[in-house]
Amino acid sequence: MESVYLALVLAPLVGAIAAGLFGKLIGRTGSHWVTILGVGASFALSLVVFKHIVLDGAEVYNATVYTWMVSEGIRFEVGFLVDSLTALMICVVTFVSLMVHIYTIGYMHEDPGYQRFFSYIALFTFAMLMLVMSNNFLQLFFGWEAVGLVSYLLIGFWYERDTAIFANMKAFLVNRIGDFGFLLGIGLILANFGSLDYHEVFAQAPTMVTESIEILPGSAWSLMTVICILLFIGAMGKSAQVPLHVWLPDSMEGPTPISALIHAATMVTAGIFMVARMSPLFETSETALSVVLVIGALTSFLMGLVGIVQNDIKRVVAYSTLSQLGYMTVALGASAYAAGIFHLMTHAFFKALLFLAAGSVIIGMHHDQDIRNMGGLKKYMPITYWTSLIGTLALIGFPGFSGFFSKDAIIEATHASSIPGSSFAYVLVLAGVFVTALYSFRMFFLVFHGKERMDDHTREHLHESSGVVVWPLILLAIPSLGIGYLTIGDVLFGDYFDGVIHVAANHDVLGHLAGDWHGATAMITHGIMAPPFWLAMGGLATAAYLYLMRPELPGKIKDRLQIFVTILENKYGFDDFNQKYIAGGCRGIGNLLWKVGDEKLIDGLMVNGSARTVGWVSSIVRQVQTGMMYHYAFAMILGLLGLLTWFVIR
Amino acid sequence: MAYVFSPSDLVQVAPEIFILSMACVILIVDLFLDDRRRYVTHLLCQVTLLGAAVLTYMLGFGETTMAFSGAYIHDAFGDVLKIAMYVVTAAVFLYSRDYLKDRNLLKGEYFVLGLFGLLGMMIMVSAANLLVIYLGIELLALSLYALVAFDRDNKTAAEAAMKYFVLGAIASGMLLYGMSMIYGTTGTLSSTEIAARLVDLGSDDLVPIFGLVFIMVGIGFKLGVVPFHMWVPDIYQGAPTSVTLYIGSIPKIAGFALVMRLLVDTLPGLVVDWQAMLIILAVLSMAIGNIVAIAQTNIKRMLAYSTISHMGFLLLGVLSGTTEGYSSAMFYTLVYSMMALGSFGILLLMSRSGFDAEMLDDMKGLNRRSPWFAGMMLIMMFSMAGVPPMAGFYAKLSVLAAVVDIGLVWLAIVAVLFSVIGAFYYLRVIKLMYFDEPVDDSPLGGSADVRFVLSLNGLAVLGLGIFPAGLMGLCLQVLS
Amino acid sequence: MIALSDYLILGAVLFALSVAGIFLNRKNVIILMMAIELMLLAVNINFIAFSHFLGDLNGQVFVFFILTVAAAEAAIGLAILVVLFRARRTINVAELDTLKG
Repeated sequence: MESVYLALVLAPLVGAIAAGLFGKLIGRTGSHWVTILGVGASFALSLVVFKHIVLDGAEVYNATVYTWMVSEGIRFEVGFLVDSLTALMICVVTFVSLMVHIYTIGYMHEDPGYQRFFSYIALFTFAMLMLVMSNNFLQLFFGWEAVGLVSYLLIGFWYERDTAIFANMKAFLVNRIGDFGFLLGIGLILANFGSLDYHEVFAQAPTMVTESIEILPGSAWSLMTVICILLFIGAMGKSAQVPLHVWLPDSMEGPTPISALIHAATMVTAGIFMVARMSPLFETSETALSVVLVIGALTSFLMGLVGIVQNDIKRVVAYSTLSQLGYMTVALGASAYAAGIFHLMTHAFFKALLFLAAGSVIIGMHHDQDIRNMGGLKKYMPITYWTSLIGTLALIGFPGFSGFFSKDAIIEATHASSIPGSSFAYVLVLAGVFVTALYSFRMFFLVFHGKERMDDHTREHLHESSGVVVWPLILLAIPSLGIGYLTIGDVLFGDYFDGVIHVAANHDVLGHLAGDWHGATAMITHGIMAPPFWLAMGGLATAAYLYLMRPELPGKIKDRLQIFVTILENKYGFDDFNQKYIAGGCRGIGNLLWKVGDEKLIDGLMVNGSARTVGWVSSIVRQVQTGMMYHYAFAMILGLLGLLTWFVIR
Repeated sequence: MAYVFSPSDLVQVAPEIFILSMACVILIVDLFLDDRRRYVTHLLCQVTLLGAAVLTYMLGFGETTMAFSGAYIHDAFGDVLKIAMYVVTAAVFLYSRDYLKDRNLLKGEYFVLGLFGLLGMMIMVSAANLLVIYLGIELLALSLYALVAFDRDNKTAAEAAMKYFVLGAIASGMLLYGMSMIYGTTGTLSSTEIAARLVDLGSDDLVPIFGLVFIMVGIGFKLGVVPFHMWVPDIYQGAPTSVTLYIGSIPKIAGFALVMRLLVDTLPGLVVDWQAMLIILAVLSMAIGNIVAIAQTNIKRMLAYSTISHMGFLLLGVLSGTTEGYSSAMFYTLVYSMMALGSFGILLLMSRSGFDAEMLDDMKGLNRRSPWFAGMMLIMMFSMAGVPPMAGFYAKLSVLAAVVDIGLVWLAIVAVLFSVIGAFYYLRVIKLMYFDEPVDDSPLGGSADVRFVLSLNGLAVLGLGIFPAGLMGLCLQVLS
Repeated sequence: MIALSDYLILGAVLFALSVAGIFLNRKNVIILMMAIELMLLAVNINFIAFSHFLGDLNGQVFVFFILTVAAAEAAIGLAILVVLFRARRTINVAELDTLKG
């Protein structure tokens, strides 16, 4: 199987190289074919792996493919760990990636950077596969940084736009904060465990529980808590948790296909995946779990609220992504890792669907993204309409749709959890259900129903998007509809993650819930009577009342509740605060250091000074090379005499 | 000792005999070719190299055996170096072909002298006797003198050849003087016997050390380390670029073999002394090479000084005196010859009839003219500067690790310091390629096969940096 | 009886003479070549002396090889000299300094 794993990872890389370096040579069609074939092959192989590992129940594969170097007994390696978690992740990643590749043919087909775009997304797929298939922290970090790099390149894909440059700079800087924590965490692991291999580290974790570490002199911290929180800071950056979430809404400056692939379905979930992978570590520290839980709950609720006041179609979806990532994080904090991963999977499908549908609407609207200028698109774009409806219902957790199962499981798990902060989180995730339904259907109604508010020119050209755009929508709608119903029994309450995700006995909320589990159909019938359903219906009804029946009301409400709206429109002031104090302060310090420290001391005295000195020495020393043969011979003889005096005469 | 000849000895030297006879055949065939058919000579050379590689591969990688009464050693170490030399020679011939043709220099002499030089180097690689080592060195040196001068109307080439000849003759004179001292103390020319008898003598005797100093001059000259380096920049600059390519790549492999055969195999008893000498030479080379390179405006000359610093770096691996050190030095040599091959290859590619790319300013705006080969040159420069993930980084790293392992941390720090200084002039080339306006906009020429092999060359330097373990493992294996 | 050391001293003196000849001579390349020949002869004396006193023939065999190589070397050196003269119209050592720095 090793060759299968290698081929699976390398196929997109080959595509990326071909499209990136030889893009001019093979042309636009060649570029999209070569990358689609690469990712398609990868997807096919993922299915093979899934069958091999999950359905046939083969042994977990954990081996080193290549040893890069060995230093002081620590091995730096490239290796694969393929178990049921990996199998699930690679299937999701390659499937969504394949859909996005196909969709891109339609979305980007007038863009001059066509080949570059395909090269980047194929490269992204490679990096993401490296990340999820890794069996050690070094490779995890490599994948982690590589997906970050591609994300950075793609946010700034339209590099002529100042907003895109600003957004990618922001994403880069915020992610550096997260990565710094992550790297510190890995460093601590290396220092204390003496290994970078997952299994070696996991095996040692229980013995490390009692260890403590002094960060400030005199205050001892539990080592595992520090490691886990540092790792989670990494996850917070990548998975956009409060307060490191600020980059994700701005990342919508990138083309829509990558918003779907990177900033909704896959890369942002890397943090969730990482924490689930590290479950043996996180289970040793209740404090860390509590932090995870509270941060996730705050993200899920607060970001959902902001979604209500956004008018850019992609930003609404982006805030909904933030909110859903919050849900996944809550699941991790509640030790319901399987539920987090399960939501990750269903979310990948329906959120990619929603993003691509939004992209389809944007194409139809000639790249106008303001939902206040839309309305009544249902009759022009029927397929987009119906697939969006499926995506939206899945998002709000309508019984039977995939999102229902995963979200309900998270809510129940939070309810059952006994980790400090769980009751607080429970209230927020419940309230989040109402908010989710409200902003989702607000957008849905404003876009597809009601008065047609666009100008005449746009209306005349409105039509359903082309086949390469709508087919991915349809293909993504299928799992959005049914994957939850089909798999919940195995993934959450079966033995799917046995031996992969480790849950301490006193945290095992899913095991607790399994007692009340009577099949997916029973869950649906029970779900209709549970509060989350009615909260969701309440949100839907509110949205319908405000935006369909009384469209003049929202404006009035807005006037009455000006303070709240302002707070929400300013996104709680995170951006302003960062911009003014953190960025401003850093710039201030930076300017100071630059003017005094850099320009005068380092540049002036050390760099330029030493460069000048070296240059000067160089121009002097080269005079020795006179061009005269006897001087050369003389130098040799001097060398000989020098060695003779040194070694023989002594 | 008694000299006995057995016919099986001839099998051991089959690759050498093959190269020798083919060189003679090519010399004669070439006489009957007119200028339009000269490609046949080139083709025959490539076939010869391929044949030699096949022979070496089939006969090699077995037990270490001695032939010709212990004057010739046949081991896996030599086999690897020989095959590396065939590959590099083949690339040298290929890269040079169009350049020579444009200058009406595509004659049989270049190829035949190249093959004879290669034969000399093969003998150096397999020599286990002072006489054989000397003959190998001379065969290489005489071929090189002639090669440098073979563009007869080129004034700088003639001057360079003269300088090379005179200084080379002095160096081999000194080497011989040293050898006579070693012979005088041990009474034998055989490497293994010298090694054994020197150990018996103990370290109090000054005569072998006296001889060692003279031998060190010979070695230092061949490698081009300070203060025996003065010929390097002049010859690199003065010789036709295709000859510089030859001198700058293959003899470095042979030079490394010479160090291993002379110092490690023959004079292990004097390890303390040659270690100290190598430290001095290495530090001086890294210092002078890197510093003086900065002031250069001619890129061939700049690369010459860069060679000097690289040879200093290579000596770090040898002077560590451990198997890890030797294998890292071997890795360094092989990687370096590939980097030299690639960077001079790109200069050849950029040259056209009537125009030689040899000034730094000629590199300006290369990215506009050919982004791909600008990328290849970028790989070479980064690799020479030791930037990860290029092969040069790993080579430097492993050499430094070997030095640190024997406790010479200060030496490692000095080496790093000088390579930081050295990074400056490599990065300047990159700056010129990517940020400056091209002086002339014409796209790069070059035939498809040259472009293909040059690309492979560049990618190999990158690939070896990402996956160094295979070659490193091979080096370790053949040396232990 | 002439001792080994006498031969070695003669060799060393010849060697030193040749070295001095190489870098004191600033006029004529041909004199340089003579100095180089002298250096090889110094080495030959060493080898023969050692060979004689050690009772080992290897050294004398070596000398034959050195003589042969020296002949080849001289041939190539003179050929380069001819090329140099053709190109530059001079064989003055002091004028060979276009390559420097």
